[in-house]
Amino acid sequence: MNFNFKHEWIETNIGLLAVLTMLAISVGGLVEITPLFFIDKTIEKVDGVRPYTPLEQRGRDIYQREGCYLCHSQMIRPFRDEKLRYGHYSLAAESQYDHPFQWGSKRTGPDLARVGGKYSNEWHVQHLTAPRSMVPESVMPNYPWLKATPLDTSDIAERMKALRKVGVPYSLTDTEYKANVAKFGETVAKQLHIPNAQQSLIEQANFGNYDGDRSGISEMDALVAYLQVLGTMVDFGKYKDDAFVNDR
Amino acid sequence: MSEQKLQSQTVQTTGHAWDGDLQEYNNPLPVWWVYTFYVTVVFALVYWTIYPSWPFGKGWIGGLSNITYVNSNGETKTHSWNTRALLLEDMNRAAIAQKPYFDKVAAMSYAQVAKDPDMNGFILSAGKALFSDNCAPCHQAGGQGVVGFFPNLTDDDWLYGGSFDKIHETITGGRHGYMPTFSEVLSPEQIDQLANYVASLSGIGHDATRAAAGNALFHSETAACYYCHGADAKGRKEIGSANLTDNIWLWANVPAASSAEGKVAAIRSVIASGLNKGVMPAWAGRLSPEQIKVLTVYVHELGGGQ
Repeated sequence: MNFNFKHEWIETNIGLLAVLTMLAISVGGLVEITPLFFIDKTIEKVDGVRPYTPLEQRGRDIYQREGCYLCHSQMIRPFRDEKLRYGHYSLAAESQYDHPFQWGSKRTGPDLARVGGKYSNEWHVQHLTAPRSMVPESVMPNYPWLKATPLDTSDIAERMKALRKVGVPYSLTDTEYKANVAKFGETVAKQLHIPNAQQSLIEQANFGNYDGDRSGISEMDALVAYLQVLGTMVDFGKYKDDAFVNDR
Repeated sequence: MSEQKLQSQTVQTTGHAWDGDLQEYNNPLPVWWVYTFYVTVVFALVYWTIYPSWPFGKGWIGGLSNITYVNSNGETKTHSWNTRALLLEDMNRAAIAQKPYFDKVAAMSYAQVAKDPDMNGFILSAGKALFSDNCAPCHQAGGQGVVGFFPNLTDDDWLYGGSFDKIHETITGGRHGYMPTFSEVLSPEQIDQLANYVASLSGIGHDATRAAAGNALFHSETAACYYCHGADAKGRKEIGSANLTDNIWLWANVPAASSAEGKVAAIRSVIASGLNKGVMPAWAGRLSPEQIKVLTVYVHELGGGQ
């Protein structure tokens, strides 16, 4: 009788019904997600992973804008065929500064988690402009405007501030900068310092000349800089092949 | 009306009435459904004991299932089931199957591998898979390359040398092509003369007077082309400079031009702008020494090996 009374009370009180419904359906998510915050092996302890430099971050923004993730994953699974084709399986640590991560679940094109350094800059430029000139059987669209569009570098500081709010250690204050020097070394820390962002973006683009054209900084410069760093931050030569087995 | 009455008599109701006469039928779940549900519960309990499942403190319960693998140090390790250990076990199994072949490849010289009919089949299949994954995006599926971008690997013209050792060196360490920008040091007239001379070396239609002037320029200290391309213009493999006498073109897209003028113009543009491309990545960190050896023989056997 007591039960009947309570149930009726819920059914006739829409606010209470909504709250209790939400509590009930959030259990499924909570039991899967909450423990990950307490398990100390969720993110592997590994050297070399750093936030993207301003130029790479702009490249990443273009990667998202063009919807590359719709056809390309960035998640090498621990299977033999994937290891042989793409390299070492992806670590959680490698996408710790990605917001949002680009793991994906759809591979119309190949996985790109370790595409960095696999091909030359020139190949990327030509391939992005006209994929079939490099890979005849490709179904990838042409992206000819990337090389023709100058990169807007003016808002990079704002973009980095936004990422800083969600936890990426881009530095704004002197204290944060010093912490980055201790964590990533001076060269990297300088590039992660928001007050220098635009300058270091321009320096990296001019030095790297990713699109092969020195007359200006194009969106192609940024995208190729991003692609060339993917999966290269961790030196797996330093680790045994079972170094990350205990983390799962 | 009568049907409704019949139903209300045969099917149980929940025994609750709303607004005086509104009742709800009580249709229990079918027995097969209920038992299937119980089976899934039992399945989950068994699964929890075998595989990693519940978080516990700062870790989790690993489960009873174990995987044994041999790591790169040769140590045999046992770990509770996870996909990373499973991968190592799988890699071990594949390595054992391929070991006789890779051991043989490692023990034999390049020339022996290339001549051994048994090994040939292995090189052809393993090499093709490696080549398709890693090399074909640039050098194309058959190794034919792309004029203006990536060299042809099937002909006997090699920038850095086509011996086993040189191919191995190229794959391991990568390459970076370079030629200075001559538009900054030579006049357009001089560049045209040089282009005519280079065209004449390959028997392409050219202006003989200009070519003669280009010849002198080629061997002069002003242009100093011979520093890199050699006095005979046949290139120097130790620095990867091109042989200009064989009518094989990588950077100047001569084959695409239909007229003699077009061909000379294609040569001219390369002399004027120079090159800072022709970058091949180093594969030493990405591929194992055995894989590089297999690839070396595969590329050598594409037709152009020396």
